[in-house]
Amino acid sequence: MLLLIKYTLLYGIVLMLVALGGMFSEHSGVINIALEGIMVIGGLAGVLVVAALPAGTSPAILVALAILVAAAAGMVYALLLAFASIHLKADQTVGGTALNMLATAIAIILAKNFNGSTSAKISYTNKAFLFNIGGLELSVFIPLGLVLLIVSYVVMYKTRFGLRLRACGEHPQAANSVGISVYTMRYCGVLISGLLGGIGGLAYVIPSVQTWNFEVGVAGTGFLALAVMIFGQWKPINIFGAAMFFAVFKSLANIADSTILAQLGWSNNIYNMMPFIASMVILAFTSKNSMAPKAEGIPYDKSSR
Amino acid sequence: MAKNNFLGLRQKSSGILASLLCILIGLAIGLVALFIINFQHAWGDGFIRIIQGGFYDFPYGVGKTLTSAAPLIMTGLSVAFAFKTGLFNIGAAGQYTLGAFGALYCALMLGLPWYLCLLAATLFGAVWGAIPGIFKAYLNINEVITSIMFNWIGLYLVNEIVYARGTGAMYDAHNTRTWKLATNAPQALIPSCGMSELFHTNNTTIAIFLAIVVAIVVWVVLDKTTFGYELKAVGLNKNAAKYAGINEKKNIILSMTIAGALAGFGAGLFYLSGGGEWNPLNSTSLPAMGFNGIATALLAGSHPIGTIFSSLFISHITVGGSFLPTKYFPTEIADLISGIIIYLCAFSMLFRGRIEKLLLRDQDKTNVNAEPAKPKKEGV
Repeated sequence: MLLLIKYTLLYGIVLMLVALGGMFSEHSGVINIALEGIMVIGGLAGVLVVAALPAGTSPAILVALAILVAAAAGMVYALLLAFASIHLKADQTVGGTALNMLATAIAIILAKNFNGSTSAKISYTNKAFLFNIGGLELSVFIPLGLVLLIVSYVVMYKTRFGLRLRACGEHPQAANSVGISVYTMRYCGVLISGLLGGIGGLAYVIPSVQTWNFEVGVAGTGFLALAVMIFGQWKPINIFGAAMFFAVFKSLANIADSTILAQLGWSNNIYNMMPFIASMVILAFTSKNSMAPKAEGIPYDKSSR
Repeated sequence: MAKNNFLGLRQKSSGILASLLCILIGLAIGLVALFIINFQHAWGDGFIRIIQGGFYDFPYGVGKTLTSAAPLIMTGLSVAFAFKTGLFNIGAAGQYTLGAFGALYCALMLGLPWYLCLLAATLFGAVWGAIPGIFKAYLNINEVITSIMFNWIGLYLVNEIVYARGTGAMYDAHNTRTWKLATNAPQALIPSCGMSELFHTNNTTIAIFLAIVVAIVVWVVLDKTTFGYELKAVGLNKNAAKYAGINEKKNIILSMTIAGALAGFGAGLFYLSGGGEWNPLNSTSLPAMGFNGIATALLAGSHPIGTIFSSLFISHITVGGSFLPTKYFPTEIADLISGIIIYLCAFSMLFRGRIEKLLLRDQDKTNVNAEPAKPKKEGV
């Protein structure tokens, strides 16, 4: 049971962070399919920092530096999406797909180059990221994630910036007519999604194991986060709930065999499948009354009405 | 597409030039990466080998290129077909997965001959393609989201059935793959007709010709028939098509079904050629063939015939990448190049516009026959 709680929290926080990233991007009007790629790049950058720093570095500096670098790398990578889809008016889904493919290739090349060998596995110590509460081993990403959740909520609903961001996703022409720069807002949205996605990538890779093989990337977590975002109806608190709900299934996939649930005889494939099916069902029932930002996916063109 | 008038011709040439420009920039960035990784060996042992592709190890390498090009043409066609009808089929990977299952099940469990296995692959892919079509037509849910979800559902489903906790009859526990067709179901192998001997491989078959024939058929259907015209009309403007008496719901579902069938057929071509075996323990990544199909479709500007050439090119550099000396370079350089090429293709319309201006400054016609625009708004 303790194990289930641990896995659920660890994985749920990852899903929540990345889904919140997706939420910011979509509220600004840009569909961010590239979350998967952003996670890979963020995770890689953070892990490289952890692996490259000398052994004597103080844990606090190590953790802070790794998270900052992961966030920065995610933002830089998201900038590629922002540039293509905002300035060059590229098809957002196509650009995002390209970035996902590119991310895996870049990660493998950099990992192999870092190792100087043909293996894309990077080893590191994750001690600095973990702490213990009553026998429950948790990572620093859990408090960090909760703080970011609150910050996201406040930014989205209690600030002028959040209101403007959402205006750009709902009706960019109207937003522009009252003097809001749609381009700037959309850049902000995508960059925030890069920041959260990058941290999410590191949070996915670091806490559970001491070696990561970058050939597997982040195993579809970015896409799952997209499902979480939809399931959470593009709202921060709902996204938190959806992320935990999805994480329970994912954790069950890992540990079902060692619990009482083994008697059901379901394999991990079935648990893995469930969140995706659940989000399709939700989509089907809410499609008539969708909470999705109205203008997402449409490049903003000043001259169109 | 415009007929044989001047505008159409100009558009075609600018489209090809834009694609070539994408390729050149992609290669240039790949070259820079090679130089950064290992300066001394970057040119001779790196770049030249990628450019040579399969010809580095003739004829074996060329055979390898043809083997991987056949399914790639099909997934490319799948994506291109959907593009032409205004849909983005990111689900080719999932349809390919189901197609692989259909082909392997019929081959290993039912012992059917290859053409029936290929048909089964096509049908399985078609069903998996139809689902996002139905969601889009009746519930107005963006096909991209549905396709992504069903990609993963398909992967887990197929893995579950094939593996069945290690007891699956199709699963060879020794190799952690499905059984090899060559030993367990030779009747299901697509005939080689001497191609394997010619290229000294064991999996080069007539699949490549089948793929080319399908590409031509798709081109004829899209460009020369009323049916194809209706599909494209729905893609260009759903409401106008409806007004003109076209059943837009039926056409959306049909487009996705056909796109799925093409991807499934591609999986059949790969697995029934003995190109590889399915690994049901890999539950972390979808078949790359599906996503590479997006690359070839974009590179070809969604033209079915162009897809043949773009697929051959992508296979060519991928095989070239696999011949890189691993002590100097990671073989993923080729993936890097193709990734950059698609990224550039995503906004190649911009290049196209510039090239058109350069080509014909005196012509001030606007590009009215561009790619079908994405439908304006859907509930996600």
